[in-house]
Amino acid sequence: MGSTAGQRGHIHRLVTTAVALLATASLVTACGSGDGGSGGGGDKAATATGVDDGTKLTMWTRAATRPQSEALVEAYNASHQNKIELTVVPTDDYQAKVGAAAGSRDLPDLFASDVVFVPNYTSSGLFADITERVDALPFAEHLAQSHIKAGTFEDKKYVVPHTLDLSVLFYNKELYRKAKLDPDKPPATLRDWDRQARAVDALGGGVDGTFFGGNCGGCGVFTWWPSVWAAGDDVLNKEGTEADLASGTAKKVYDTYRGWVRDGIVAPGAREETGTTWTGVFPKGKVGVMPMPSTTLGLMPKDLDLGVAPIPGPDGGKSTFVGGDAIGISATSESADQAWNFLAWSLGDKAQVDVVAAHKDVVARTDLASNKHSQADPRLVTINELVAHGRTPYALKFGQTFNDPNGPWLTLMRNAVFGDGTSVAKDNEAVTASLAD
Amino acid sequence: MAVPQGQGPGLRGPTAVFVAVFFLVPLLLVGQMSLSDWPLLAGDRGVNAPENYSDIAEGTLFWPAIRFTLLYTVIVTAVLLTLALGLALLVQESRPGAGFFRTVYFLPSALGLASASLLFWGLYSPTTGPLSRVLEKLGLVDDPVSFLGTPTSALLSTVFLIVWKFAGFYMLILLVGLQRIPHEVYEAARTDGASRGQIFRSITLPLLRPSLALCLLLCVTGSLLAFDQFFILTKGGPDNGTVTVVQLIYREAFQRMDLGTAAALSIVVLAALLLLNALQFRGLRRADES
Repeated sequence: MGSTAGQRGHIHRLVTTAVALLATASLVTACGSGDGGSGGGGDKAATATGVDDGTKLTMWTRAATRPQSEALVEAYNASHQNKIELTVVPTDDYQAKVGAAAGSRDLPDLFASDVVFVPNYTSSGLFADITERVDALPFAEHLAQSHIKAGTFEDKKYVVPHTLDLSVLFYNKELYRKAKLDPDKPPATLRDWDRQARAVDALGGGVDGTFFGGNCGGCGVFTWWPSVWAAGDDVLNKEGTEADLASGTAKKVYDTYRGWVRDGIVAPGAREETGTTWTGVFPKGKVGVMPMPSTTLGLMPKDLDLGVAPIPGPDGGKSTFVGGDAIGISATSESADQAWNFLAWSLGDKAQVDVVAAHKDVVARTDLASNKHSQADPRLVTINELVAHGRTPYALKFGQTFNDPNGPWLTLMRNAVFGDGTSVAKDNEAVTASLAD
Repeated sequence: MAVPQGQGPGLRGPTAVFVAVFFLVPLLLVGQMSLSDWPLLAGDRGVNAPENYSDIAEGTLFWPAIRFTLLYTVIVTAVLLTLALGLALLVQESRPGAGFFRTVYFLPSALGLASASLLFWGLYSPTTGPLSRVLEKLGLVDDPVSFLGTPTSALLSTVFLIVWKFAGFYMLILLVGLQRIPHEVYEAARTDGASRGQIFRSITLPLLRPSLALCLLLCVTGSLLAFDQFFILTKGGPDNGTVTVVQLIYREAFQRMDLGTAAALSIVVLAALLLLNALQFRGLRRADES
């Protein structure tokens, strides 16, 4: 290699490498945000129903609640002059996408969010203030209050419920019959659940007792916490800055799950299930009883004879995680009145009953809990009634503490269930440290 | 090729603009960001240096991520280059069928890394993937295989994906290098009675050094910047066993929503890579001179 050419090549390659590296770095800069958007004030011309004048609106939602959003948007587009263009973003990438768009002021007119992340967005001023509009709705007081509460920041309202997703037990009645269990007696306590899962598991032949997302912090929050709440305990303090995940009740819950792992009651794949496919196991008909999101009820195979029951605590009680998506108008939207037209319509009787309830989903209004569709399917009544017994936890650092695949809660979960369960107290401290970060 | 006097700056212009826009400006921005309190959703809140830099070392995952990234780089580079050289030697001669095998070995390189990772994620999945079931049917294993279930198996499964994906690419570079070695040198060696082993050690390897050096640089740099494959296959798990340095940058920016610390980490990684590449070049040049 000639020395001059070598030198030049050397520098050239160094620069090439640096440029390649900068691709990563610029990914970060590209997402830097300018001065944060202001909360925005309610439009004075706003009416309770907004404006339907043929405006094109953009809307984002995450894949986890895609069927519900699609159904609503489709029905709205078919009956209105405004047209909504819905973009579905992979669930894991949603935060990043919203963050990047917030920086470059490219947020869509409407965007839904996992309700636990809403406090991040409201406190950063990404949503427009819709307090007046919400309060003007004739049914304002009947809207699912856990979602409204999550979207209230400094006494202003920024979101309305979009899709409610509750954690409930699904159990396979056919397998229950085969295992000589009463298909009309789902578990009323964690102990029952344990006994029934083991009875189904004993059938063998590829049948397993239960399943859970063991490498998925969000799944743990969604399906394990209700067992703690059902006993009357809490897992976080009110401000969301301190965790109480090492309580006696919580340990009883972990112990039960650890027993299932130890004795092979859990379907294969739980240990590495990152949450992408955890709801795909039950519909195959080989699992006895497991917690599932209520939004999947309408997606289950028609020939699967499944029952629904509340998630019980160690010695009884019932609770649920009132999750799902809340939705608001972005602070930078220039079509707030038109966007509100969609939101107001989506919460109205017609959309709630003929679209939401018809798809076997939980309605966003308590006054519609009993409707023509839920009366036809007692499982829906079970779910709708649970809303009152459920909770939506609040923490500003929720995502980085509980959903982050490298966060402290997942470590706690895995040590408690796949390990020997002795590090719960220490891991709980790490969770608190992250919440208070 | 001589450039007429006075035209040099004009010809250099476009490159200079390109470098400024796509390299210098982002670099300066990242530098500024790394010195500022910059939450993802709220934007720039002013200088807070050197807090972002001191935060880095305090992160519990920082040192494990460095250790893991280095381990991954060593394993991938060793396996990949050995295999690529083997493949190149297998298909270097124009025998019937050589073209077919060259194409087959190179084919995975035509796939994007993210697509390939998703493909393997599907294959590895114990709930929906076919791989475990096939192994069970063949009687090779009794229970479903958990390809991504432990940190070690997750690392090995990822290395397998990367080797499958890139072996053909590095084979191609080495193949070009092999074909640049003049036939006369081999003939002379054979006339002198050199054995196959001697020819490989004393002719092929030394004359292939520039190609091997290029492969080494690309492979080491690429592996140190590993992200897509782990992001898709393992998300850094299980038990934080496969967190790479670039994943940490992503996590700071998009999970912890702290662009300042993410930018500081990017600068640290950039400095480390520049240093490492400089060392590699120096080492290779010294070897050339000796």
